[in-house]
Amino acid sequence: MSPVEKILINRLQQGLPLVRHPYAAVAEELNLNEQQVLDSIKKLLAEGVLTRFGPMFHAGELGGGLTLAAMRIPDPDFERVAALVNEFDEVAHNYRREHELNMWFVLATETRDAIEKTIAAIEKNTGYPVYNMPKEQEFHVHLHFPV
Amino acid sequence: MTEEPRAVSAWGLLRLRKQLERGLPLAARPYQALAERTGLSEQEVINAIIQWQEQGLIKRFGLVVKHRTLGYTANAMVVWNIPDEQVRAVGNIMAGIPFITLCYQRPRRLPDWPYNLFCMIHGTNRERVLAQLDSLITEHNLQDVKHSVLFSNKAYRQRGGRYVSHD
Repeated sequence: MSPVEKILINRLQQGLPLVRHPYAAVAEELNLNEQQVLDSIKKLLAEGVLTRFGPMFHAGELGGGLTLAAMRIPDPDFERVAALVNEFDEVAHNYRREHELNMWFVLATETRDAIEKTIAAIEKNTGYPVYNMPKEQEFHVHLHFPV
Repeated sequence: MTEEPRAVSAWGLLRLRKQLERGLPLAARPYQALAERTGLSEQEVINAIIQWQEQGLIKRFGLVVKHRTLGYTANAMVVWNIPDEQVRAVGNIMAGIPFITLCYQRPRRLPDWPYNLFCMIHGTNRERVLAQLDSLITEHNLQDVKHSVLFSNKAYRQRGGRYVSHD
């Protein structure tokens, strides 16, 4: 990653100005030119360093359902169950973690009611119980990954 | 020059949301490009985004990194059993700690899961994450609080997407 790309990644995690020429504004702030900013973002997207550039909508606030769920899966069965769980479009992320509860996934659904239905369907398809742990309160962090 | 005020149509806003979910156009005037695609004006697009940010519909507006590709591969979910009446105070402390990247209160699932406060620490190596956690425990006198550290060791799905989520 080039020095310019690093500077841009650090700066753009803090957001983009809501002005008519936002890339030019960022370029000026960082002593770059607008085309350098645009080309660097395109390159980072193409290389997969960035997943996307733009807003992250909050599914829960949009009237949809969002939750974190966990399962306890015996080792020999883990791959099979992971494949079954990932068949659900509602599963946004699915991680194996080092704990007795070893499968952790985020469910994002278009409606709030769909969370319960999806969990019931996952339990039925896999034969294992799902622990549903929806957000009760969010504490505001300053999310930033310096490079 | 002032713009003629008019009601922005709900359909226009819905079209804008769908366009934005694909990402912000990489053109000199991205809000103007979105305006052309949605039948709104550039100022209406900017106003809508400001409003969605204020309402919390948009959590982050900028660049979404794939933190694993940036070297953040030691990702720990640290979970705590905090007495309910203290969880807000402790959550606010956690949120102010630079290396904590997410912090939520979630329900306990007794008897299997006694934890009600969930924090993420995204780190570049495991030792450093554990050292950060140790310093946090000492500094904030959390020695007597039951906690557990759940490193992720494999991503089975990571959908680059529109949703704010946990890891």
